[in-house]
Amino acid sequence: MKYAGLLLMPAGFFLSMAALILFLAPAPRAAFVLSGLAVEGLGLAVAVRGHMPARGDRRP
Amino acid sequence: MTIILPPSPPLAPPLSAPMPESVFALTLALLLIAPLAIAGVALINAGLGRSRSAAQALLGNLAIVAVTAVVFALAGATLAGAVPGTPGSAGHAFQLAGKSWNWIGSGPFLMSGFGAAPLQTQLALIFELLSAALAALLPWGSGADRWRLAAGLATAAVTAAIVFPLLTHWIWGGGWLAQLGMNYSLGAGFLDPGGAATVHVLGGLSALAVVWIAGPRRGKFPKEGLSTAVPGHNAAYVLFGCLLALTGWLAWNAAGAVLWLHAPVAALPETILNTWLSAAGAILATFTVTRIRFGKPDASLCANGWLAGLVTSSACAALVTPGQALFAGLVAGIFTPLLVELLELALSIDDPSGAIAVHAAAGFWGLFAAGMFAPQKGQLVAQLVGIATLLGLVLPLEYLLFWLLDRVVPFRVDPDGERIGMDLHELGGGAYPEFVIHRDESYR
Repeated sequence: MKYAGLLLMPAGFFLSMAALILFLAPAPRAAFVLSGLAVEGLGLAVAVRGHMPARGDRRP
Repeated sequence: MTIILPPSPPLAPPLSAPMPESVFALTLALLLIAPLAIAGVALINAGLGRSRSAAQALLGNLAIVAVTAVVFALAGATLAGAVPGTPGSAGHAFQLAGKSWNWIGSGPFLMSGFGAAPLQTQLALIFELLSAALAALLPWGSGADRWRLAAGLATAAVTAAIVFPLLTHWIWGGGWLAQLGMNYSLGAGFLDPGGAATVHVLGGLSALAVVWIAGPRRGKFPKEGLSTAVPGHNAAYVLFGCLLALTGWLAWNAAGAVLWLHAPVAALPETILNTWLSAAGAILATFTVTRIRFGKPDASLCANGWLAGLVTSSACAALVTPGQALFAGLVAGIFTPLLVELLELALSIDDPSGAIAVHAAAGFWGLFAAGMFAPQKGQLVAQLVGIATLLGLVLPLEYLLFWLLDRVVPFRVDPDGERIGMDLHELGGGAYPEFVIHRDESYR
């Protein structure tokens, strides 16, 4: 799971880069950059969750 | 005096005129004071760790500064490239969608010709050298009490040789992030005059990667119940470190404004005032938040708040008004203690120095605030693209490099070393040989 999160983050980065190339108008470009950031945030959340040590009975 | 920048890379055009000697002397003097920021952070790192690891922490700080200096001179400066507009400053670029994407520098090997380079180039390289040292130093406090010295030095070398130079070239060396203004009409391109991105966010994200790879300290997150509090061993070190850091930061931000924004000397008092106001607003906010949360102000969290204010100022002190700087500091001071608590209690991230909240999060906020308050059209989007690069590219890259490094130089000390403390295990002697040191069992 942690590696999936870490792979999701570059995907968000490339979305932001695509926004620069694909859109000329400021509003859609900004929206697409924000979408890329949201994907990165999702990746970060998954990576954080994947790195959390197990607690309680789940810990070996 | 708020600096309004033209829609072009901040450094490219003005180098047609050489730097006046008076400005050179002033900037050189600022760069002689700036290392106090490193001293302050080193003291904070040591104070927030355990007493049985204090000598290893402080020796590690010195060794990391030394390693980054050597590695940056050997390899990093070449990849970072020279200052735009000077000989050898072109770098390497590829063409995409009709635009040039300058992605890596091509400075002289081994800093050859440094003495004969233009004055601005010499100062810029010294600024980058200091920045590399501070960026590499920040994860050291986060890995306190379990991160081996050899591994700390190896990660510092990797940061100074690869990641820091790339980021530096993109932002300060006329690379693709600096050219966002010229290529895509996004304000003046990505702006980071004080190193919020190149130093603090990079260091904070490196700290996150290190904490993930090394894991938490033994007994920090027990099988049942809440996490164990492991207080820093010397609040006096921590708070005095904050004062030292302020002195260094004032000089650091002023030097950055001269070097990367070509700010006139008349603009520097406002940069210094903004730095101070940001830190002041942040510590007052943290003081209030911790007073409300715990009934009494928390010294180490207030120190974190103070540093978070300084980190925020690194991004925006040279670009905003005093009122805006105070606001940015207040916001940083409010979210920093809450984030430190969230990371530890909810997300089980063991970060003794709080570098992830203080340097990464506050750095991101400062970069965002610089765009939010900028008068240039499109500046906010340029800052967001920079933030996306740091989070989406730099963090995974650092993690990958550190993960590979961990296979060669294991990050974590063995359990016995962690039990007796890093001082005895790695150095053979403690920082306080006459003091009784806590046994591990004295903590839950």
